[in-house]
Amino acid sequence: MSIDIKSVKKVASLARIRMNDEELESMVPQLSKIIGFIEQLSEVDTDNIEPLANVVDIKLALREDIANDGNCEGKVLANAPEATQGYFVVPNAIEDK
Amino acid sequence: MSNLTDLTITQAITGLDNKDFTAVELAQSHIDAMAENKSLNAYITETPDIALRQAEASDKRRASGDAGALDGIPLAIKDLFCTNGVQTTAASRILDGFTPQYESTVTQKLFDAGSVMLGKTNLDEFAMGSSNTTSYYGNVINPWKRDSDNRDLTPGGSSGGSAAAVAARICMGATGTDTGGSIRQPAAFCGITGMKPTYGRCSRWGTIAFASSLDQAGTFARTVEDNALLLRTMSGHDPKDSTSANKDVPDFLAALDDNIKGKTIGIPKEYNIDGTPKEISELWQRGREWLENAGAKTIEVSLPHTQYALATYYVIAPAEASSNLARYDGVRYGHRAPEDDLTDMYEITRAEGFGEEVKRRIMIGTYSLSSGYYDAYYIKAQKVRRLISEDFMKAFEQCDAILTPTAPSAAFAIGDNEDDPIKMYLNDVFTVPASLAGLPGISVPAGLDANGLPLGLQIIGRPWDEENVLKIAGVIEKIANFTAIPKSVIKEAA
Repeated sequence: MSIDIKSVKKVASLARIRMNDEELESMVPQLSKIIGFIEQLSEVDTDNIEPLANVVDIKLALREDIANDGNCEGKVLANAPEATQGYFVVPNAIEDK
Repeated sequence: MSNLTDLTITQAITGLDNKDFTAVELAQSHIDAMAENKSLNAYITETPDIALRQAEASDKRRASGDAGALDGIPLAIKDLFCTNGVQTTAASRILDGFTPQYESTVTQKLFDAGSVMLGKTNLDEFAMGSSNTTSYYGNVINPWKRDSDNRDLTPGGSSGGSAAAVAARICMGATGTDTGGSIRQPAAFCGITGMKPTYGRCSRWGTIAFASSLDQAGTFARTVEDNALLLRTMSGHDPKDSTSANKDVPDFLAALDDNIKGKTIGIPKEYNIDGTPKEISELWQRGREWLENAGAKTIEVSLPHTQYALATYYVIAPAEASSNLARYDGVRYGHRAPEDDLTDMYEITRAEGFGEEVKRRIMIGTYSLSSGYYDAYYIKAQKVRRLISEDFMKAFEQCDAILTPTAPSAAFAIGDNEDDPIKMYLNDVFTVPASLAGLPGISVPAGLDANGLPLGLQIIGRPWDEENVLKIAGVIEKIANFTAIPKSVIKEAA
C-alpha cells in the first residue's frame, strides 16, 4: 500500500511537525517504502495470538500512596525556555476577546 | 604514561591497588588521549574537570581502604543517560541547552562504585540509527580503517561514540543503550565487546526514552571480563523504573570459568541470510567449531519467524518513539521556536529540533498508531512479536544459548547505505530478534575480514541468563584471541 500526500499531511499535523509542501512531497515515497516493508507482517498467521506488550514477566509493583518526592520547583523549572513565578510560560492558548 | 590507556579495567584496578599509578594519573592519561583523538568526534561533551575531581576523591578513598568496585576507572557515558549538572543532548537539537537536575540510576550506580566520568559520548539522534550519522553533533569516525583505502568508516550505531571511544583507548569502558542492536552492532564494527543484558536488568530511570519496551542499558569494554564487571555494577532493581526486575544480580565475574562442557549451543538456520559475505558465514562456522572444541555440543535450531523481526521492530519502535518524543514540545526544556501562536510554536519547535531520521520514525509511528491503522500495524506487530519470542523459548528447550554473527557486514564507509532507510535497517537483522524477545546478548570480536576490519560473533541467552552468555563469550574471546587494534592507536603508542 502506498500513502498519499493527504495522509502524510494529516500525520505531520498529528505529530505536530511543521512541513512545507516540498518536505511533505519527499516524505510520500519514503513513508510508502517503509509501510510497504512492514506490510509483510500481514503474511503471518496471528489468529489466536495475544499481542505481546511486555517481554519480561514482571508484575507492576504497587507502593504506598504517600508522597516521596516534591519541593523541587527550582529543579523542575531549571530548563524552562521561559518561566515566571513558578510557572512555565507558553504562548497565549486562549483567545482574549 | 601513554600506555595506561591500553590497560583493561581489571588490569587498571590491580595497578591502582598496587599503587603503580594513581587514579589522577589514569584519568589524565585518558584526557590527553582524548585531546589527540578529537577528530573521531566520539564525545559530545568532555568533562575533564569532573574526571580529575572524581579521580582525586577516588585516590583518597583507596588510600583509606574504601575503594569501590570500579574506583578510579575512567568511563565514557552515552549521551542518552541524564547526568546531574552536565548537559545531556541525546544528540538532538531539540534538547539544546538541557542540563538534567538529576542523575540516571545507571550512572549513579557507576559513580557510587567510584568510577570517573570522562565525558558524554556521541550517538545517533535519540539512538535512532545504525551508523552514528544522524547526530546533530556530527558523525563519529571509526578508529579502524580498511587496508585498501583511507575512507572514514562508521563506528555503527546508535552507541557509536561509546564504541569508538573504547576502541580508540580514550576511555576504559563505556555505557550504551541497545534498542535493536545499538550496543552489539557498534561493538562488532569497532572490534570490542559489547553486552546488552536482559530487558529489565538495568534501570531505565533517567535514560532518555526511545522505545520503552525495548530500550536496555548495557556495557562496552575491551574484554568480556570488563563487561561483566561493569554490568554487575549497573544492574539491579530500581523502584523508580516499574519495568526493572526485582531479581538478585548474580556475580557475573564468577561465571567466567571457561567451562562450557555439557552446554548446548544452538545455530539458528534462519540466520543464513542471502547476501551475507562469505567471510562472515565462515567466521560463524569457525565460532561453532571453537565451542565444540571447548567441549560444548552444537545443534541446528529453528527460529521460524526471524524474517519478520525487522518489520515487527520497525512498527513497534517508531510507534513507541512517536509517543515518547511527544514530550518535546518546547514548553519545559530544550529548544523552543519563538512563535506567538501555541500550535505554531509546537510544530516549528519540533520541525527545527528533530533531524530527518527522527522525523521519519515519528511519522511512521504516528501513522501506525492512528485511527484505522492501529490494529493492522501496531497490534499485528505485537502479535508477531509474541511469535518471535516463542520461537526463542522453544529453541531454548533444546539449547543453552544461541550463536550468530553480530552484523551482516563489517563497518561500512560513512555515507554508504544512506540512500535507502530499509538498507540501513538491515544492519540490525541479527540483533533485532533478541531485542524483541528481551534477551541478553553480547558481541565479541572474533576475526578480521580481508580488508583488516573486525567482525563480531553474537551470543544470545535465555532471559536472566547473562552468566552463560558471558561464560560462552569468554571462551570465544580466549580461542579467537583477537588482539588486533586500530592502526591509529598503534601509531600513538609507538
